[in-house]
Amino acid sequence: MICPLIISERGVYMDKEELKKIIYEMVEKSMGKKKLKQSDILKKVSAEHGVDKSEVKAALRELLDSGQLIFTYFGGSYVEIPPKE
Amino acid sequence: MGQKHQTPLLDELEKGAFPSFVKEIKRAAEHSEYAQDLLGQLELSYKEKVTHWKHGGIVGVRGYGAGVIGRYSDVPDKFPGVAHFHTIRVNQPAGFFYTSAALREICDIWDKYGSGLTNMHGSTGDIILLGTRTENLEPVFAELSSRGWDLGGSGSAVRTPSCCVGPGRCEWACYDTLELTYQITQRFQDELHRPMFPYKFKFKMAGCAVDCIASIARADMSIIGTWKDDIQIDQDEVRNYANSGMDIQAEIVDMCPTGCMSWDGNELTINNEDCNRCMHCIAKMTKALRPGKERGATILLGSKAPIVTGALMSWVIVPFMKMEPPYEELYDLVERIWEFWDEHGKNRERIGELIERMGFPTFIKEVGLEPHPVMVKEPRRDPFFFWSEEDIEK
Repeated sequence: MICPLIISERGVYMDKEELKKIIYEMVEKSMGKKKLKQSDILKKVSAEHGVDKSEVKAALRELLDSGQLIFTYFGGSYVEIPPKE
Repeated sequence: MGQKHQTPLLDELEKGAFPSFVKEIKRAAEHSEYAQDLLGQLELSYKEKVTHWKHGGIVGVRGYGAGVIGRYSDVPDKFPGVAHFHTIRVNQPAGFFYTSAALREICDIWDKYGSGLTNMHGSTGDIILLGTRTENLEPVFAELSSRGWDLGGSGSAVRTPSCCVGPGRCEWACYDTLELTYQITQRFQDELHRPMFPYKFKFKMAGCAVDCIASIARADMSIIGTWKDDIQIDQDEVRNYANSGMDIQAEIVDMCPTGCMSWDGNELTINNEDCNRCMHCIAKMTKALRPGKERGATILLGSKAPIVTGALMSWVIVPFMKMEPPYEELYDLVERIWEFWDEHGKNRERIGELIERMGFPTFIKEVGLEPHPVMVKEPRRDPFFFWSEEDIEK
């Protein structure tokens, strides 16, 4: 399978899988410290890696659709890692 | 199935002339364990004057972050039937037009996977299916989807857009509220199912200023039908009203909020420049007066019920916009408003609260709206005027 490449605003090539890994690690690191909203993730990844927000959104969506990340609700909606069964 | 729990307090709510939700839950309890234990837990809450529901947590079906509201009992040992009692919101059809077959289909699905209890409709407008277990969420979603139903919005997402019956049943509809509601629902599917905002965002479409759905008080964006030209008058019908005993001076002219009407006993005159399109006169004299012919909508922003802070009413941001497909002007405005909210909004801050915090001038500048006198929400309270840098000639 050919991995889709994402060209960042800074001209950096980023593999979509790599982007998903960055997002997942960001959510993992914040677990137990700060709940992240989808917009927090889009802003932070976009700012730190120079990738367009729409690309971050697409990568995040794949993580959510595959069940690697889930939405939770605690007075507002957040993105988190699902609990281990 | 006999009654599992004694409910002396709830039984009181069956007395009287009005429909009783207790009576309905008891009917459902004849064949549903959910409903049996719901009665028991509710009785306990009435007795102890405290809720026994826990709300939130992990919700939704795979890929969706909205449409399911997690609810758990904090006394599951006493009431195992409601240990999980999640709510599912199903996107209602625009204007709430159903066939009886569609309603039976929803109820059959819900009898199969849930408590059988419904709320038609929730305050957001969705079909509310009350009470199911976590393991039933994916199967019920699969069955609903396979029959053309979809989940509605919840959490920090666009909430299921809703509207009045519009041109489906009402001659005053100044635009097709049903069509716009459907198109907004399709256009913003991602925003509806995947919560991406600081907090909820509600659209409500009202066909005219009578605002049967109270959009001005209940929607972050209220799209209210209006007209630009003159009210259509049939003077013969006006006289018929007068001859039939209507006191036109007292009931129509004196009730006009802008005082733009006069009645000489034979002819009704309206100064349309001063009319604020409130619809009072049209609603009172349905045969004599009609909205003008150049129709569209006023866009208002910001209303909300008191949750984090107090209630707000929507206020005008666009006095008149043609409301016809493909609605690109509206979508473009909505997306600019969301960008502003996304950039500056705090967690759980509604768009109306954000505008109050940052100021309306900042909002219209960043969103790219032209200032207009009708945007003034209330008269100024301070005597100072703050010029911006670019307004001052140096």
